[in-house]
Parts: sequence; structure tokens; C-alpha cells
Amino acid sequence: MSFTTPTIDWAAFAPIIIVLGAGAAGILVEAFVKTPATRRTVQLALSLAALVASLGVIIAQWAALDGAGTVVMSGMATVDRQALAWMAILLVFGLLSMLLFASRDGGGAFTELGATAPGSVEEKLARRAGLQLTEVYPLALFAVGGMMLFTCVTDLVFLFVALEVFSLPLYLLVALARRRRYLSHEAALKYFILGAFSSAIYLFGVALVYGATTVTDVNMIGTAIVNLADADPLLLAGAVMIIVGFMFKIGAVPFHSWVPDAYQGAPTAVTAFMGAATKAAATAALVRVMFVAFAPLEWELSWLVWAVAIASMVYGTVVALVQTDIKRMLAYSGVAHAGFILVAFAGLEGEALTALPFYLLAYGLATIGAFAVVSQVRERAEDGGVGAEAVRLGQWAGLGKRSPLLAGSMALFLLSFAGIPMTAGFIGKFEAFSAAIAGGAWPLVLIAVLASAVAAFFYVRLIVLMFFTDAPEGAEETIAIEDGALTRVVIYVTAAAVLVLGILPSGVLNLFADASVLLVSVGG
Amino acid sequence: MFPFLTVLVALPALGAALLWALPASALTRVREIALGITVVEAVLFVIMALQFDKGDAGAFQFSETYAWIPQIGASWALGVNGIGLLMVALAVILVPLTILAAWREDKVPARRRHYLALVLLSQAFMVGIFAARDVFLFYVLFEAMLIPLYFLIGSFGGAQRRYAAVKFLLYSLVGGLVMLVGVVALYFVGPGGEQAFLTDNLTGTLDLTTAQERLMFLAFFLAFAIKAPMVPVHTWLPDVAENARPGTTALLVAVLDKIGTFGMLTLCLTLFPEAADWASPVIIVLAVISVIYGALLAIGQKDMMRLVSFTSVSHFGIMVLGIFAFQQTSVEGAALYMFNHGLSTGALFLLVGFLIARTGTADVDAYGGLQRIVPVFAGTFLVVGLSALSLPGLSPFVSEIMVLVGAYPVAAWAVIVSAVSVVLAALYILLTYKKVFTGPAPEAAPATTRDLTLRERLVAWPLVGLMLLLGFAPAIAIDYLREPSADIVAHVTLEEADA
Repeated sequence: MSFTTPTIDWAAFAPIIIVLGAGAAGILVEAFVKTPATRRTVQLALSLAALVASLGVIIAQWAALDGAGTVVMSGMATVDRQALAWMAILLVFGLLSMLLFASRDGGGAFTELGATAPGSVEEKLARRAGLQLTEVYPLALFAVGGMMLFTCVTDLVFLFVALEVFSLPLYLLVALARRRRYLSHEAALKYFILGAFSSAIYLFGVALVYGATTVTDVNMIGTAIVNLADADPLLLAGAVMIIVGFMFKIGAVPFHSWVPDAYQGAPTAVTAFMGAATKAAATAALVRVMFVAFAPLEWELSWLVWAVAIASMVYGTVVALVQTDIKRMLAYSGVAHAGFILVAFAGLEGEALTALPFYLLAYGLATIGAFAVVSQVRERAEDGGVGAEAVRLGQWAGLGKRSPLLAGSMALFLLSFAGIPMTAGFIGKFEAFSAAIAGGAWPLVLIAVLASAVAAFFYVRLIVLMFFTDAPEGAEETIAIEDGALTRVVIYVTAAAVLVLGILPSGVLNLFADASVLLVSVGG
Repeated sequence: MFPFLTVLVALPALGAALLWALPASALTRVREIALGITVVEAVLFVIMALQFDKGDAGAFQFSETYAWIPQIGASWALGVNGIGLLMVALAVILVPLTILAAWREDKVPARRRHYLALVLLSQAFMVGIFAARDVFLFYVLFEAMLIPLYFLIGSFGGAQRRYAAVKFLLYSLVGGLVMLVGVVALYFVGPGGEQAFLTDNLTGTLDLTTAQERLMFLAFFLAFAIKAPMVPVHTWLPDVAENARPGTTALLVAVLDKIGTFGMLTLCLTLFPEAADWASPVIIVLAVISVIYGALLAIGQKDMMRLVSFTSVSHFGIMVLGIFAFQQTSVEGAALYMFNHGLSTGALFLLVGFLIARTGTADVDAYGGLQRIVPVFAGTFLVVGLSALSLPGLSPFVSEIMVLVGAYPVAAWAVIVSAVSVVLAALYILLTYKKVFTGPAPEAAPATTRDLTLRERLVAWPLVGLMLLLGFAPAIAIDYLREPSADIVAHVTLEEADA
């Protein structure tokens, strides 16, 4: 067996290289720029510039792309419009999240020095010395770069590399909370262990599929399966394990157990990023694997999609009903949404290729906005300063009177989650359900609709609390409303986007419709 | 041509945005601004209505069609036939009167601003729904309308208003989401394409299997039955009526709930005629149960707002009976009743609201002997009450008779049973009048000496005037309804002939 070095089309990878390169540069900045305030400014500027530049390159590539797309590295990756659409979505999420990371309300969301033990002397000394590490920016850039890679890679082994490139920085980010640090560490550890577990399952699946088809190229697996004489149990087991690996990242039942803890423990800005971007990246990869590699197994795998979709919708909704912690409630709502996402996969209809990017864009914008609002409602610390976030539902009572814009935006995000018309979430649900009905999955859509109705109850419960319930005595003293400029920008931008995508979605739908063809190159 | 309908939808919506954007210094004038917007709306409507071609009332007029979300087949398509025109009229008449009725409700200008802006927003949705010629647009407005209503009920009103708001929202959402499945399915069974949801493209062209048609009919019908509260899905209404502001309830029952019967008429019957025919026996039974059950419960109520809401359950039953009898006269009567009931119940709710504003209670037993103290109030209340029991000379009488006579040939038993409700109506209206306005006042009766004020007369008397006018000259309205009703009936009977 001879080894030939693949020729790499660097230009096609440019958006990803810009982001990862900026991440690497960020580490140098971390080492060489000493003053925390300057360092933060440099890091933020570098990150934003990289993300914007990458977005610019994607737009240029989109415009220049005639025909289906470019196959990069001898078929290891495929840059087609579907991949570019997902990358653009991830970059938007990245940009908004960076602004949240940079927000310094309540002293910032991140710990001064991640290496110190919570409550230790070193922690106190670091605080007194005014230290503030800013490694979150390069870490987030690595995560975004890895996710972008994840959306365009068409080789199962390379896909695993991309998976780890974006997962490892996320594990670290989860652990970097400034307050409630033990909770944050626990969340990170749980996320890491379960993430490693799912990676192993995924790899095992890849090995089995390789054993059955002798290829790891996503495009060639599809052809290989068609040519197989009869159904190979190895192949089916491998396919199921690969899909399970992705479902873990999407947070679908029964692979969701990390979701509530990680969402709750992570710094809220990271939760926003993770909730929006991880789901989008994993869905993008699932699209490619399901529609290209395992399309011939559609019938054999449909039970898995149906079962996990129903379980996620029902379990996520029911458990969200009884949550008293707002971050956990949103986490379980995310689990239910994982189910709605899977509904679009029923029947593997072409409509799903337009529906899914839109759904994830709508969901991600509302998620980032909602968590940004969460980061603004704080408890007052005993010394009178601003403390941790007020995440108990009861603490949100009467928010509508104190801060109508903040509460109004939150209500809008919740209505979008619930899929009420005139919000982006409704168009997303409509598209996803259309794709499923086109695939003949009537019963699944009916269950999804009933789950939506139940889910509306807990979204509405929060609206009731904010607008119709009077704040308890002394709330003014115990609850502080932050007014961070950057966070407010994120909240209002996402709120406006949710409205515009709900009322005039046709431009964005057109873009995604252009992106709804997957380039399948066999033997390329 | 001037885009009348789009402007009629946009004006109150922009008005709501304007109210929310008003600087604090201008808040003292917020009522005048809101009322002004609705008056402009009414003037525009009158100009439009004068250009309406009565000779062609069955066709959609003032039609506008723009691509909205062509990817999913949705258009911004508006247009009204005779029925739609009358329904839009109802919305345009009642909203300014509601605003006038709520003139003194809020002491804090900021709260007043919220209330009025939400009312204006609801008006935009109401007009849009009655004028929608696109099923997707209809659905979007139908669901989005819940948001202002939810806040209207939950933010302003009695002690249990939060409970009432959530109950209202959940009932409506369940209906709406089930309807969503029907809407999505419509795209796939219909012609598809960029104008897949245009009603013109759907009417009479759907080629459905029997099972498909019946399922889709049920998906739509459930949503409409919840909205036009029919037994057994009516239980949200009394709670809302008791706890929301009288003005909100008046709008809700007089105009918004008509969307239920309007949807049955214009969507269920025209899109799924065979299934409507198939379901009609059961629906007529439910309608008759609503008629009798609503009336019986009304008699037992102590709270006047609950009482009026149960009378509405009864009256909506009559409308549904008329619609699903599929006779020219009964359908015409039902459509006319939708309009007349809006006038009559709207006036009744608002008058009860005036009484509550004076004394703070809606309890029938707390009152007595008011007619000596406030004779004009008592007289107005009596006339409006008599309209609710369908006294000849007042407009609801005409429509009720048309429904009952029209439906008799096909559902004689249902008509006979429903006619009992006329007697029951006399009981609940006259007993209430007797307790509140005649006899000796109870010991601890809330004192009121203020008769109907000029503002309150301006609210109540135009409605009474319209009821008298249409009571003696119903042809004015029926001319608008004859052709659309004939078209609807033709759809169903054509299917019957096929089957």
C-alpha cells in the first residue's frame, strides 16, 4: 500500500483556517500581553476580526461557488453550500457569544485563574492582584473552528478529529465559571466523562462500519452499502453507534444526561454558546451522515430516529414542567428541541435540508438571547455588590415591571421556543413538520404538536411570573438587574432577528433552499 | 386600487407601536390618540364599504395578493366577501366603543397605555383574520392573536386573572396546534407551489381520500369549536369573563369568538364539504347541547359576567346549528347572527362593566331596586337584555328565526329542542333584571346614584340603535350575506349530490 500525500485546496479551507489561526494567535497574546485590561481588548478584537473575516470569506465562497461545491483533500471534506450555510450559522453564534464572553457585568463571568482551587488562598491572591486570564477567547475560537470543520468533513475518521477539536475546548470553558465554581467543575467533569464515552461509542461504530464496507469516506459508504449483498448486522450496529454519538452532542434522550448539569454549571455565556452552536454543528454532521452515508439504510434506521425523537420530546417536555431552576428548565427545553430536530429527519426528505438550518438558526438565536437575559438577573451579594445569577424561578417574579425591555425580550424568546406564529421558532417548526409530513411521518408530527402544546405551558409559566406576578417584598434589595452594554446589544439583536425571521423569513429561506443540495462525490 | 384591507390591518398595528413608543410626557393624551386611530380606521372602513359591490357580494373584493413566504406557499392575500365585510365591520365598530368604555379604568397612564396598545393590536389581528384569503396567513394571525389577548386577560382584571389567562392560552394553543397539522397537510394534498395556501386555489380543487378529508376537517374544526366556545370545550370562557375586564370580555366574545364560527363557515365548509356533511349530525347534537346547557347554566349564575358568557355559549350553539344545517336560510341566519350577537353581547358585557365600575361587584344578589335610582341605565339594560332573548324588533330575533326556520326541514328535532332556549333566555334575562333593578334593595346594597353618563350613553346607544335598525330592516345586512351563503351551501350540496 503506497501512501500519497493528498493535495490540499487551502483556499476552500480558508474560513476554518482563519478561525483556528486566530485561536493560535490568541494563545500567544495570552502569553505576551501582560495587562489584563489590554489583553482582554486585544483578544476580543482579534476574535471578532477573525470571525467577521471568516464570515466574509464564506460569503465570497458562496457567491463564487457555481455548481455543487469543492471536494477538498481527496474527498476528506466537501465544501458545498450546505456546509457553508452551517458554517455561517456557527459564525453568527460565535460572534454573538464572544460579545457575551466579553461582557463584564457583575465582574465578568469567568474565573480569575482557572488553576486555583475554589476558596483557596491562591484564588484570593489572584483576585487581589487583579488577575484575569482571558483564555476563553482562543478556546472559543478553537471550538468554533472545530465545529465548522465538523460541518464539512466527509470522512468518518477525520470527523472524529473535528469532534474532539471542538469538544475539548468546550469541556474547559464549562469549568471556568467565576461563581459557584464547584458546580462548574462538576458540570465540566460530567460533560467530559460522558463526552469521552460517546466519542468511544462513535469510534467503535466507525470501526464496525469500516469492517462492513472497508471505507470510511462518507460518500463511498453509501455506494458500498447499496452494493452489499445482504444486510450486514455489523453495518447496522456500526451505523446506530455513529448516530448515537451525534445524538449525544445534540442532547437527545436517552443520551441527554449531561445537558442539564452542564447547562446549569457552566458560565451562562458558555451555556448560550454551547446550547446554540453544539446543537447546530452536531445536526449538520448528522445531516451529512444520514443523507449521504446511511441513506440506503433509511428504513432500517427509522425506528431509531422515531424512538429517540419521541422520547426526547416527551421526556424533555415533562421534566421541564417541574424544574425550578431557570437554566435547567431551558436545558430540558433544549432536550425537547433535540426531539423536534430529529422529527425533521423522518423519511429523509429533501425539505429537511432547508428546514434544519433554519430551525437551528431560529433555536440558536433564541437560546443565546434567553441565556443573555438570564445573565442579567442577579442576586445581590452580602457585601452589597452583584452576586451570582438569580436562577430560581421565583426570583423572576415581577421582572416585567422592573425591566420591561428585558422581560419583553425574554418573553419573545420563550414564545419562539414554543413555536408561536410571528416568531422564528414557528417558521422553524413549520418547516421541520413539513419535512416530516413529506416523509409520511404523520404520527410523529402529531406527537410533536401535542408535545409543543404541553411545552407551551412551562414557557408561559415564566411569562406569567415575569408579567402577572408581583415581585415579593424586598425584591429590590435582593435582586439586581444588570445593564451590561454588550449583553444588551446581544439581547436586542437576537430579539430583532427572532422577530424578523418570524415575519419575513423568505430571504433566509431562499438562501437555505439554495443550500439544500448535498454534494455527493464518489471516489473523488 | 387603494389597498384598503392592508391599511386597515396595518393602521391599528402601527397605532399600537406608536402608543408604546410615546414619551412619558405625552402619556396623558394616550386615550385620545388611541380613540383617534380607531375613528380613522372606522372612517376608512366606511369609505371602503361604500365601494363594495353588493351585487357581487359572493366574490372576494378589495383583493390584494403579494408573495410573502413563497418557499412554503404562503401569500399576504386579503379580500372580503359579504360575510367578511360584516365581520370586519363588527371589529371596527366595537373597538372604539371598548376604548371609550375603558376611559376611566386605569389611574396610571403607563398601564392605560399598555391596555390600549394591546386592544389596538388585537384589532389589527381581528381585521386581518376576517380578511385573510390565505390559510397560512389565517393560521398565523389566529395564533399570534393569542399573545395580546393573553396579556389583556392576565394583566388587567380580577383576582383569578392569571389562572384565566393561562387556561385561555392552553385551550387555544391545543386547538391551534392541532389545526397546524391540518395546515401543514394542506400543503401536501393541495396544489402546492408558491401560492399553495390561497383559498381560491384550494376551494373545490382538493382531491382527498375520505379519511384524509375527515381528519383534516376535524383538525380545523377542533380549533374553531374551542374558539367559538361549544360544549364540551367551552369551559375557559366563563373563567375569562369573570376575571378579565368587561371591555376585554366584550371584545373577546363579541368579535374574537366569531372567528370560530367564521372559520367553520369559510374554511371547514368550503375546503372539506364532504367531511362537514359527514360530521354534521354529531356537530348538530353538540350544538343543541350547547344551546340548552348554556342557557340552563346561565340561569344558575350569580356572577353577571359568567351569566352573560353562558348565554353566549347558548347563542353560539344556535349559530353552529345554522351553519351545519347547510340550508340557504339557516346559513344566512347564522352569519347574520354572528353580527347581531356581537352587537347585543358586546353591549351587555359593557353595561355590566359600567355597573361593576360603580359598585365593584358583579354579584346579582348584591343589587336591588336600581331602576328608581338610575332609570336610564335600567332602561338601556332592559333593551339590550331583551335583544339577548330575541325580542322581535331587535336584530337578534331576525337571525335566530332565520336559523330555526331554515334548519327545520333537515333537523326538525334539533330546532324544536333549541326553541326551548328562547323560554330559558327569557328566564335568565328577566330574572336578572328583576333582581338587579326592581324590588327593594338589600340591606348592604352598594350605593350608586350616578345614572348612565354621557360617555356611557355614547357607548351603549349606538349599539342599541344598530340593533333596532337591523331589527326592522334586516335586509340591509342580509343583502351582503345572501350570495356568500349560497356559495357555501352550493359547495356542500354539490358534494352530497356526488356521494
